[in-house]
Amino acid sequence: MHFKARAVAQLADAGVQSNLKKAKGKFVDKRRDAIAEFLAQGGDFEALREAGMELRNRVLADLDLWLEKFEVNATARGAKVLWARDGAEACRLIVDIAKRHGVKKATKSKSMLSEEAGLNQALEAAGIQPVETDLGEYILQINDNEPPSHIIAPVVHKSKEEIADLFARVHKKPRLTDIGEMTREAREVLRSHFLSADMGISGGNFLVAETGSVALVTNEGNGRMVTTVPKVHVVITGIEKVIPTLEDLSLLLRLLIRSATGQPISNYVSLLTGMKGEGDLDGPENMYFVLVDNGRSDLLASEFNDMLRCIRCGACMNHCPVYQTIGGHAYGWVYPGPMGSVLTPLYMGMENALDLPHAATLCNQCGVVCPVKIPLPDLLRTLREKQVEKKLRPLSERLALKAWAWVATRPALYALGTKFAVRYLNWLAGGGKSIAVLGAAPEWTAGRDFPAPQGRTFREMYARRKRS
Amino acid sequence: MNDSRDLILGRIRERLGRSPANVAPAQTAMDVALAAKSAGPRPRTDADLVAAFRARSEALASTVDQVACLADVPRAVAAYLAEHKLPARAVCVPDLAGLDWRGAGVEVEARGAIDHDLVGITGCFRAIAETGTLMLCTGRATPATVSLLPETHIAVVPATAIVDGMEEAWSAARSEFGQMPRAVNFISGPSRTGDIEQTIVLGAHGPYRVHVVIAHGQ
Repeated sequence: MHFKARAVAQLADAGVQSNLKKAKGKFVDKRRDAIAEFLAQGGDFEALREAGMELRNRVLADLDLWLEKFEVNATARGAKVLWARDGAEACRLIVDIAKRHGVKKATKSKSMLSEEAGLNQALEAAGIQPVETDLGEYILQINDNEPPSHIIAPVVHKSKEEIADLFARVHKKPRLTDIGEMTREAREVLRSHFLSADMGISGGNFLVAETGSVALVTNEGNGRMVTTVPKVHVVITGIEKVIPTLEDLSLLLRLLIRSATGQPISNYVSLLTGMKGEGDLDGPENMYFVLVDNGRSDLLASEFNDMLRCIRCGACMNHCPVYQTIGGHAYGWVYPGPMGSVLTPLYMGMENALDLPHAATLCNQCGVVCPVKIPLPDLLRTLREKQVEKKLRPLSERLALKAWAWVATRPALYALGTKFAVRYLNWLAGGGKSIAVLGAAPEWTAGRDFPAPQGRTFREMYARRKRS
Repeated sequence: MNDSRDLILGRIRERLGRSPANVAPAQTAMDVALAAKSAGPRPRTDADLVAAFRARSEALASTVDQVACLADVPRAVAAYLAEHKLPARAVCVPDLAGLDWRGAGVEVEARGAIDHDLVGITGCFRAIAETGTLMLCTGRATPATVSLLPETHIAVVPATAIVDGMEEAWSAARSEFGQMPRAVNFISGPSRTGDIEQTIVLGAHGPYRVHVVIAHGQ
């Protein structure tokens, strides 16, 4: 199913629509309040965004050296650093690790890369039970491995009633409807998994080159659980996540958390370096990093290099009018919203995601909230250009664009054209302020009216003003 | 495995136009950045660190008590446990086992926590005024589970351990440990989730309650 069909289905789903409406104000308000509080504390959020952008650019410009530095320091603390070209190789490496350590059950804290790689399916196929432990991801897993619809709030599309039904069915317990009680029930189910798992798998918010560590940000504490209790800890993360120092980590945390959940800090931030030391009472005995490329290196130093700065906060989707209307599932892959509309065609092939670069109004809400100043509308526009260059757009559209360009470069013809267009649109509006059905593009007015042009064209007004 | 490493790094070098001529200056710039450890833009420093730490901890849904000195901590903890109808029994990081818990009527066991422990008592390495955050470092006498598995986490914070921001805490960790401990855990209030309808619920996987006791003197 293509984007358009999926978007139509999401628009027609009253449940999804009502859940999206409930969520949309919350993220936006919380971020705004957190930034206001930071300003009141004497912080300068714009200066922070600028510094965040500069820092991420600096790392990407010497990514090879920073990765090598990270590898040296992580290895010095006893961790094993493995490299995977794509998701399939990452899965193979992790299944091998699990087999080597006789792992039967692996608890997982949230990792978008493991979604990219399809890691849960690979573990299951190898007879290893993966257990998602982020509450949202857990809900999706027990609902027949439903994909997430948001990178930090994976079940934003679901109501508590749907989740209550699911819990009653899967947990085989009386149906609860209080969110606090439902959370406690999930806590108890997951607690037994935490304590019995042989391996913990986490993503990585950042890799710190200076210390060879992974930094994890969670609110629930599941990130701490999966990296404290099991005897093996595997970090699966992208090669672009490396940063130089702990001070840089502090800078990026100030940006990431406010942009993501609107908190000044998440409940838990953990910096994990190496394994359980002699005499330590807890901690894993083995630590592995699986650094995954999966298309990232191709973006380096390309016109899409800016996208590699992304720190996966979700602010772009929270503020996107398209995402707010259709939700994450319509985007069809792991990453939704504006960042997904850029990443999906780049990682999955442009020809496999033709609609996504067009699923944007280019209003630049995403650009102004991005904590590392990724010019998302520019990248979407560049993708659109590439589609035309590669002849991936329909012939009719390409011809229409050519015709438009031909007219637009001939001022007299253009003036005449717009004059007639205005008259035509006014005729369609029948003297009213809006047009119910747009003749040439009826799809445009399927869900809304088209505003009728008001008064004269810009060129007419300009010509008149020049005369007077 | 090594194949993939070389292929990925090779691809990166090719994209970046890495050459023998530009590798040395880039290495130098990297070493400079690693040595400088410069901080990014930061909020204003608080004049009263203890008051700022306390106010921000409370904003994170932690509760805060203050006592004159470390020796007063067990009695304050006993009072908190009684007030919340919790048993006067706790698992405690070995680091703090030396306080007179028995004298205050609290039975403590110095070890890592297990599933059924209801109360865990820890110290902290530093506490951060900017956000009201506790910084705990793991080690032989400071297991990570004590602040994680029990439903109630009580943290003892010497007032002298309260610093401005994370940057001061990193410097302290570098000079005290030389290298980073296995786990540095920053804790900011009780565990929480907002996954169901973006409604915040306390006590997701970690503690439901975090109680901080600030000790002003030794």
